[in-house]
Amino acid sequence: MSSAALATNDLPDLTRTEGRSLVEYGLVRAHIAAAGVALAISMTAGFLYSLQFLGWFPFADEYLSPGHLRLVHTNLAAYGWLVNGFTAMTYYVIPRLTGQRVWSAKIGWLIFWVWQFILVATVSGFLMNKAQAIEWGETPTGFRPGTFELNWIPVDLLVVIGAVLLIVQLMVPLYRARDQKFYVTLWYFTAGLVWLALTYLMGNVIPEWVLPGAAGAATTGLFIHDLVGLYVTPMGWGLMYFFVPLILQKPIWSHSLSVIGFWALAFFYPLGGVHHFLLSPIPDYVEFGAITTTIAIEVVVTTVVVNFFMTLKGKTSALRDSFAIRWFYVGAVMYFITCLQCSFQVTWTFQKIIHFTDWVVAHAHLIMFGTFTFWLFGTIDWLWPRVTKRKWYSRNLRAWHFWLSTMAIVIMFVDLTIAGLIAGFMQRELNPWNDILDASLPFWWVRTFSGAMMIAGLFCGLYNMYMTCRHGEPYDETESLIPLSAD
Amino acid sequence: MERFPTLFFVAGVGCFAVAFLLSLVLPAMTLGNYHDMEYRTMEQLAAVPSHEFLELERVYPEAFEEAFGAADSASYAEALQLGRDLYVGQACWHCHSQYVREVANEAQRFGAPSRAQEYQNALNQPHLWGTRRVGPDLSREKGVHTNDWHVAHFLSPKNIVPSSVMPSYAYWFEADGTPKRDGFSIITYIQWLGTEEGRGEE
Repeated sequence: MSSAALATNDLPDLTRTEGRSLVEYGLVRAHIAAAGVALAISMTAGFLYSLQFLGWFPFADEYLSPGHLRLVHTNLAAYGWLVNGFTAMTYYVIPRLTGQRVWSAKIGWLIFWVWQFILVATVSGFLMNKAQAIEWGETPTGFRPGTFELNWIPVDLLVVIGAVLLIVQLMVPLYRARDQKFYVTLWYFTAGLVWLALTYLMGNVIPEWVLPGAAGAATTGLFIHDLVGLYVTPMGWGLMYFFVPLILQKPIWSHSLSVIGFWALAFFYPLGGVHHFLLSPIPDYVEFGAITTTIAIEVVVTTVVVNFFMTLKGKTSALRDSFAIRWFYVGAVMYFITCLQCSFQVTWTFQKIIHFTDWVVAHAHLIMFGTFTFWLFGTIDWLWPRVTKRKWYSRNLRAWHFWLSTMAIVIMFVDLTIAGLIAGFMQRELNPWNDILDASLPFWWVRTFSGAMMIAGLFCGLYNMYMTCRHGEPYDETESLIPLSAD
Repeated sequence: MERFPTLFFVAGVGCFAVAFLLSLVLPAMTLGNYHDMEYRTMEQLAAVPSHEFLELERVYPEAFEEAFGAADSASYAEALQLGRDLYVGQACWHCHSQYVREVANEAQRFGAPSRAQEYQNALNQPHLWGTRRVGPDLSREKGVHTNDWHVAHFLSPKNIVPSSVMPSYAYWFEADGTPKRDGFSIITYIQWLGTEEGRGEE
């Protein structure tokens, strides 16, 4: 869509205060659009990377190398897609729940462009060999290792500046509403924003400048875990608790359960970090602590999953009528599978075999794509007509997006899980490495195939969003007090 | 409970701090109490150039001189740092791990299980343990293969391991296979991995 369409902020709005829109719709639209573009690039990079495993990788130069594309894939998925997507949703949800506008629309646009500049500097930094040796935090420091000489744009520093601005931007309405009792979504958003800043600082500063070696590994393990557990998870849960009752037009099943879930997440989740490096030189008592709390997290996750299904109970026709609820439903099923799997795979018994194999890749895709990306797709499906004031261009394309994505993630998960088990046992049985690669190859073909399905689904969705902006019929929110009729 | 200050300070800052203490500060303190945990700087690690580094100078005298001048501890440090930077930048560490576990017969395949002391140095800041093994672990790689093997393997991994999925790194070498500065550095770094093995044993 044109940038002019994105910047237009004078569309009719039901929730105006003092003649101004409560929600900065332009920012919501811009962040969703940027998230979509980032996801398209991320998935394409992941797909090209998977071709290396088949011997079909198309480039042979130093810049577009498979290793670089792997970094582009994961970092754009996290910082391009999820951060932009969640930011869009917080811009929509926080003002609506607090009745307060965000700090400043101008600052909002500054943050938006700073963030997209960060993504460009990160991706180009990767292509120039400037990645930082911290998994999920490869964003370049911009400094030569161990010195303060600049050798690239200091992306880490920009992320801190961008994140602090974003947090102030969104904390202003939360702070102004400090006398209200917060709905549970705002609990997650408040804590999640604080955690994002602390986690990013911890993970990028301590292993790089303070603690080398094994203690640094405990830190990067905690960083990988906290980024998912203390940013993506609370944001995703916040969205679920806001959008699902709104779409279904009924209250959440149990508020107490969501409260238990929140405090259990806050307490247990960050204690599990070391589980990314089990059976390593990190002291065993720390590993046992991480394993125990990780198993406890399964209980925490169950609160959310149960709350979702019980809220849906009695209104399951929504699965037929609303794509948003379908996305949330499949996401919730995947979530339960992932976390159940988590409480087994975290034990030493499983770790012996499955660590270092495709099992973990399957697990990561199931949680990042199958759950949180699905939930974001669900919110976008519901929100896009409301922020663009246009009806969806094509119902068929929405269906294709949903079904291709769902089939793709199921195939990918099953395929890579089996591949991981085979490779894990073959490694233990001391098979030659060449044989392990031979055994994995058919599974890598299926993985690439499922990736292609995923991308095909995404492009259906993105094309549909674009055409909705350009050619969708006008959408009037007043005629859809029951949101399901928008479908 | 459900108001902004509680959520901000107790959940946001407080719970993060508890985890920070328990799963970061505490293990760091425990590890700091191990014997032989002094941090080794790059100068200490590179004090004596490795056999492999000296051999690279002998086999490719002109190319080596152009890249590093003479093989001494200063040029060795330079090569190790550049080699590590390439290893990080090309995401080698996302397909090769750098720690050997005491389970799954890993000691038979790769060598002695890793100890915390081995990682207390400038070339492990941040550590490069990795979380995936598409290719084998490299933490005991020093001397397992010759420099010649590495040159041939970097040029075309499939010629050495038929089913290998590792990309070719031919751009680190001249057309005739002579290493460029990057080629010398990555081989020097790979041939360093495992040098610290045995550190911390009683």
